[in-house]
Amino acid sequence: MADQNSGRRAARNDGARVPTVIADELHIVYRVNGAKSGKGSATAALSRILKRGSDDSARGVRKVHAVRGVSFVAYRGEAIGLIGSNGSGKSTLLRAIAGLLPAEKGRVYTDGQPSLLGVNAALMNDLTGERNVILGGLAMGMSREEIRGRYQEIVDFSGINEKGDFITLPMRTYSSGMAARLRFSIAAAKDHDVLMIDEALATGDRAFQKRSEERIRELRKEAGTVFLVSHNNKSIRDTCDRVLWLERGELRMDGPTEEVLKEYEKFTGK
Amino acid sequence: MSETTHDGGVALGAAPSPDEGLPADRLAAKYGLSVSGARPPLMEYVRQLWGRRHFILAFSQAKLTAQYSQAKLGQVWQVATPLLNAAVYYFIFGVILKASRGMGHDTYIPFLVIGVFVFTFTQSSVMAGVRAISGNLGLVRALHFPRASLPISFALQQLQQLLFSMVVVFLVAIGFGNYPGLSWLLIVPALVLQFLFNSGLALILARLGAKTPDLAQLMPFVMRTWMYASGVMFSISGMLVGKPEWVIRLMQANPAAVYMDLVRFALIDGYGASHLPPHVWALALFWAVAVFGGGFVYFWKAEERYGRG
Repeated sequence: MADQNSGRRAARNDGARVPTVIADELHIVYRVNGAKSGKGSATAALSRILKRGSDDSARGVRKVHAVRGVSFVAYRGEAIGLIGSNGSGKSTLLRAIAGLLPAEKGRVYTDGQPSLLGVNAALMNDLTGERNVILGGLAMGMSREEIRGRYQEIVDFSGINEKGDFITLPMRTYSSGMAARLRFSIAAAKDHDVLMIDEALATGDRAFQKRSEERIRELRKEAGTVFLVSHNNKSIRDTCDRVLWLERGELRMDGPTEEVLKEYEKFTGK
Repeated sequence: MSETTHDGGVALGAAPSPDEGLPADRLAAKYGLSVSGARPPLMEYVRQLWGRRHFILAFSQAKLTAQYSQAKLGQVWQVATPLLNAAVYYFIFGVILKASRGMGHDTYIPFLVIGVFVFTFTQSSVMAGVRAISGNLGLVRALHFPRASLPISFALQQLQQLLFSMVVVFLVAIGFGNYPGLSWLLIVPALVLQFLFNSGLALILARLGAKTPDLAQLMPFVMRTWMYASGVMFSISGMLVGKPEWVIRLMQANPAAVYMDLVRFALIDGYGASHLPPHVWALALFWAVAVFGGGFVYFWKAEERYGRG
């Protein structure tokens, strides 16, 4: 698999390297309401609205500077791993690349519309699996015809119906493994230009894990550029040829997978 | 493998390249990259929104179904809830407070039921609008779609809810001797205009609520005040007899009152044109177009910032 990929990439790299994602001095700041003690009462809420004009800290808003001045250029055909300890800003960086989080400072330029692999937020537990497939597909921007065409594929891939007709039951009746399988199957049904995959997507039993890893590889082949967030150094080694290491929102290292992982493993004491 | 990656890695640092040293914005321009998450122009935004119409409809229907999916009676509650609401309001305002003020029973009960349901349509659209962005931040931060889909979808959900309530309204109207006629068709334009008005309000409040989620706590009080001022349980022209003409006109120009009165006029035989303010359809159209148009542009202006929360 690795050989096959590198061959493909080498072929693409023969020509000029075409950038697909450019991050330029990117800063992301979250604002968190109610992070100060004693601000949860009704009167406090009112006074907070009244104090609109004053600065954020007076209104009980705390700022979390999640990404601090990250710059990089990603090229077509690259598979880039994002590593770093918990809370280092990996997922935030992905969302900013996808244009889902506004930048406080700096910019991200992209070729087309990058998409996060994941559809969880659009699904509803009280609806049947069947309706969730349609809803999730529409939320990802697929047309009704596309969804109809892929419906059986999605259901078969999830394996939900292997143990009886579960797809017509509400999702809240599924075991957590089954729900995760259906969510992944819906999310993976669409092809993407710039694909971003957050860690721990391949869930479920061993058989399903294998199947989903296979599907991720397929998606990667279709996509121009891939970002993968993971805490599993093995899967980073398997899939990525370049790694960005984030720590406390800053880009600590950017380079070939082996070099960065060696430093990272030293850092984490593995 | 190693050779390619090595080349790639070195190129990052030192390899001579025609793009080397080009500032990010120039490099982006050279390869035709665009700023991620930038707000599209207004017409393009409308086009994108239209492209998502199936999602908007499916999302509103999903929310509506999910609402009662755990109940044993299931979707029966779609009709039972408004029916019970009407019964409670009749008990309080019709029997205990006797707010009918000279209207006969045959007129007052349909009058009250229509008022409650039509106002609830606006009220729940507003309340859903406040939380449309702030309550769905997970969705906003995960997937790409024109954010106006959310408030409009919630308003559409309330419209479907109202259609269930209209079943109850028809039953009550017929039960009190108002039989279907051509005038009943007037509720269609009236409710379409009200839906536009509600969507506009939902868009405005969605933007405000995204920045200040506290509004969700405040809005119930605002809405209740608005309800009592709109003549849901009493007739404005009946209540204000003897007051200066302009006060009555002003109260009647209130959009909630306009839409309620139009539906009452359409369905109730005993509620004639004398209860309507002059130019009532012009007023209804004005509120719908002004609030929807204004709300849409106001919402669009902050499109790129909704993910921040």
